[in-house]
Amino acid sequence: MTTTAPPPASLEDRIVELERRLADAEERLPEDRVTIVVFSGDLDKVLAAHVIATGAAAMGQQVSMFFTFWGLNAIRSGKSLAGKQVFEQMMAMMSPSGSRSLPVSKMNYFGVGAQMLRAMMKNKNVASLEEMMQMTRDMGVRVIACEMSRDVMGVQESELMPGLECGGVASMLADALKSRATFFI
Amino acid sequence: MTHFDRTLDARGLNCPMPIIKARQELAQVAVGEVLQILSTDRGSVKDFQGWANTAKNIELVGQEDTQQDGKAVYVHYIKRVS
Repeated sequence: MTTTAPPPASLEDRIVELERRLADAEERLPEDRVTIVVFSGDLDKVLAAHVIATGAAAMGQQVSMFFTFWGLNAIRSGKSLAGKQVFEQMMAMMSPSGSRSLPVSKMNYFGVGAQMLRAMMKNKNVASLEEMMQMTRDMGVRVIACEMSRDVMGVQESELMPGLECGGVASMLADALKSRATFFI
Repeated sequence: MTHFDRTLDARGLNCPMPIIKARQELAQVAVGEVLQILSTDRGSVKDFQGWANTAKNIELVGQEDTQQDGKAVYVHYIKRVS
């Protein structure tokens, strides 16, 4: 029994098909993009996130930083208790009111450790967290506050630094899926 | 000694500042020109290699280290190619 082979596709058809597949593959390639999820509100970890962010931006990457849960404390501009429920008020009272009052993840000793680390960084001429944060802004790093955790923790939008974007998991993933590297800190 | 057109003094600065300053300075460098960067950060040697490996617009055309006042100075030369 003989099987009849399908008629050979013309060269033009094959080029069209290849171009379609190439466009499809290109669509799925990552961009020059880096995504950083800042979950921690510890000074040392937030600092590491900013070193990566500024370094990546300097290397020509488009950087997005998503601040969620304890990380929100790093982008606070203050705290208020007005208009909050009891748990939210307790949370606010026990939370740092901004980047300057973040604790360190180890050996904090009620903030002494954090001040010590800051002093040591200054001695070694390493940029402070606040300088790094300013740098990320100057370099066009996108800073996004997670809407859901902000709501859960009772952090009002007015307590965050002005000019931030807000977003959810899908906006983070939309960036992460297009990124060459994603960090969860 | 590699030829260069501009120089950036990043001595005394630590990671990630040498890369960031160099990136900013690069805006003042014309395509085809070479920027010299002076740094005291030992990590900057690998940092500039890493940057040049990933970036399309720069090329690392030379690296050397010298001693100045008893301190090591790492010198990098990056050429802007686009």
